[in-house]
Amino acid sequence: MKPLATLSVLTIAALSLTACADDPKSSSGGLTVSASDSTCEVSKTDLKAGPSTFKVTNKGSKVTEFYVYADGDRIMGEVENVGPGLTRNLVVDLPKGTYEGACKPGMVGDGIRQKITVTGEAAKKLSDSQQLKAAATSYERYVNSQTVALIAKTEEFVTAVKEGDVTEAKRLYPIARTYWERIEPVAEKFGDLDPLTDGREADAKAEKRDFTGWHRIEKQLWVDNNTEGMAPYADDLLANVKKIVALGKDAPLTALELAQGSKGLLDEVATSKITGEEDEFSHTDLWDFKANIEGSEAAIAALRPVLEKQDPALVKELDAKFKALDDDLDQYQDDSGDWTFYDKLTKAQVKRLSDLVAAVSEPISRVAAVVAESA
Amino acid sequence: MSEQNEITSGLSRRKLIGAAGIGALAVGAGGGYAVGRQSDEPTAGVPDPDAKPVPFEGAHQAGIVTPAQDRLYFVTLDMTSEERVDLISLLKDWTEASRQMTQGNDVGKFGAVSGSPFAPPEDTGEALGLPPSGLTITVGFGRSLFVDAKGKARFGLEGKLPERLKDLPAFSGDDLDPALCDGDLAIQACANDPQVAVHAVRNLVRIAFGRASVRYSQMGFGRTSSTSSAQVTARNMLGFKDGTANIKVEDNKDVEDFVWVPKEDGPDWLVGGSYLVSRKINMRIEIWDREPLEGQENIIGRAKGSGGPLSGGDEFAKIDFKKKNDRGAPVIDMKSHVRLAHPDFNKGAKLLRRGYNFVDGSDGLGQLSAGLFFIAYQRDPEKQFVQVQHSLAGSQNDLLNEYIVHVGSGLFACPPGVGRKGYWGEGLFA
Repeated sequence: MKPLATLSVLTIAALSLTACADDPKSSSGGLTVSASDSTCEVSKTDLKAGPSTFKVTNKGSKVTEFYVYADGDRIMGEVENVGPGLTRNLVVDLPKGTYEGACKPGMVGDGIRQKITVTGEAAKKLSDSQQLKAAATSYERYVNSQTVALIAKTEEFVTAVKEGDVTEAKRLYPIARTYWERIEPVAEKFGDLDPLTDGREADAKAEKRDFTGWHRIEKQLWVDNNTEGMAPYADDLLANVKKIVALGKDAPLTALELAQGSKGLLDEVATSKITGEEDEFSHTDLWDFKANIEGSEAAIAALRPVLEKQDPALVKELDAKFKALDDDLDQYQDDSGDWTFYDKLTKAQVKRLSDLVAAVSEPISRVAAVVAESA
Repeated sequence: MSEQNEITSGLSRRKLIGAAGIGALAVGAGGGYAVGRQSDEPTAGVPDPDAKPVPFEGAHQAGIVTPAQDRLYFVTLDMTSEERVDLISLLKDWTEASRQMTQGNDVGKFGAVSGSPFAPPEDTGEALGLPPSGLTITVGFGRSLFVDAKGKARFGLEGKLPERLKDLPAFSGDDLDPALCDGDLAIQACANDPQVAVHAVRNLVRIAFGRASVRYSQMGFGRTSSTSSAQVTARNMLGFKDGTANIKVEDNKDVEDFVWVPKEDGPDWLVGGSYLVSRKINMRIEIWDREPLEGQENIIGRAKGSGGPLSGGDEFAKIDFKKKNDRGAPVIDMKSHVRLAHPDFNKGAKLLRRGYNFVDGSDGLGQLSAGLFFIAYQRDPEKQFVQVQHSLAGSQNDLLNEYIVHVGSGLFACPPGVGRKGYWGEGLFA
């Protein structure tokens, strides 16, 4: 139940590739700019289209700055306040065309300029990469395995609700949701269906629509302890879940969406699970919590070959942080697989979980950039 | 965040012409970019005092005797990792990021807006376009960083715990909330712009994710003490001038005698450092405001308007504690704040105070949640803060205690400053 603000980013992200994250040696790597009080030497002025890193060293006595201008002195990038003796990096993503590089000793005037020519096309589209295609296919298999179970368990849950079996419905509620929460990025692709299935009561009220889906039935089960009037909601839920699964099959996630999704799942944990607001009536948040993390780990697993190649240190860090989180979570699961109800956790225990989620969220937020670079 | 080996400065938030020695010109204000700036020659403008950064490098950490800024953001953290390598890398990363931020630069190689569009920006960006604003960042180490609850050394820091880094004793009248006390690490960020101070702490906390997590944080405003005789004495939330008798940086001897840890005190890694005591002091503002002026002045021992002692004279006049009124009673009440806190009654103890006012909104009953976030630096907490606080604490002592309550507390050892390549606390790992 996450707003869809990230989706437009994902679409754009799939199309273009620009500056890289950590490594200044990108497509036109190794560019140096040697600036003095009266000179400005760019080591290479014929560049390939795409991101370039200019390493600007000030060998003069005045503070300087370096600009890359397009026609009409449109600034493509700049690095300011380079003191004497200092080196600064400037990363600019330059499409084909002609540009001017300018050092400005004393940070005034038009600067000492030279022409820079950029030729060729920008790097290939992400979708062309075989490795990324393989990652997406691998994750597709995971999603398929989860959706089969999701539909089966949702059907069982819906049957129990319709038969008025409160105990059985309560038992099945967090279990069915586990499969849902593992593949939430898929559901979130369909902006209109997600709120109908997984929306909060407060949002339904604010948007002046009927409160439906998982949490509507959850409220009836735990607050009223019955299933009265729930049959239509149960039927609707199953129909919508099936719809999402079908739509998801038609539009599988790209590798980049996958990378964003792995982060999105952890954001889910950090925003609505840590606060205990997801399952506010049943307090079964830890089932969802664990499922989100498993989904995130599955996405990373699918991307693993790409990440191993591009940034093995990041993979090591992710493994370690995921393990620390999983180890801590384990203490809240009993032998039968049930999780502690969220309202039974102490504030200190929640804080610890929150710290561990934050610890894995930071490296995971760098995954998409690494994936983008690998194209 | 990965360890940064080379010292590359980050991207500049704004032209720092003042820092460049060309003359302090506020040009191109209103954005981090020079778009639209046309002038070829430097033009005379209004000097912007905030354009000049406070030097980061030096024998001592900035933010102790450097002039007190107007705003504070203070935070303490606990290590969530027990690995020595994580503590070292955290201190290195913090030092590097602070080196950049205090000079008015973004954190990281690419900063807030120049990195990959697919990666979160290295710098959070809310200080883009703002000058350094006198930002100083000062770090301290709590006792719990060195030893766990059972006294077992952490992070391989056997033998490194300073003898003077003890838990502060209980003081009569304290109502301490453990959630507002102590911590493995403390960061004091001071600046003349609160946005700059918050930006600094936010980025340092972010860098720490996975290695340390926040215990509590506190915003402060309106410095309540002056650390330089060039500064006017500010007022606390009681409306009184605070810090008149504070140690001033110009008093070289006092600074040497009372602030910096000298070689003979040890330990070696802390020489040139200092001890920071923090106390969160809530004030019963509404009750205080109903106290008649004469009562308020009697409690403090000073005139509210001029700040001068009730024994006569201006703000900086020597206090005559022996002076009697026509009824034969001391003019400066025996239980007044100024008397009980004065060095003459505390074996000569002086502190370098660096406190700030705070308001945490209202308390739900419509009363102001406000007070003083007291910070003091010293070379010997026992002989300085503890000595003074014992004189003040308790319902039988400082008359002010009816209006204040201490709810938070902390003691931290602040390592000395760093040079061009060092990192905070480096001596601990030697």
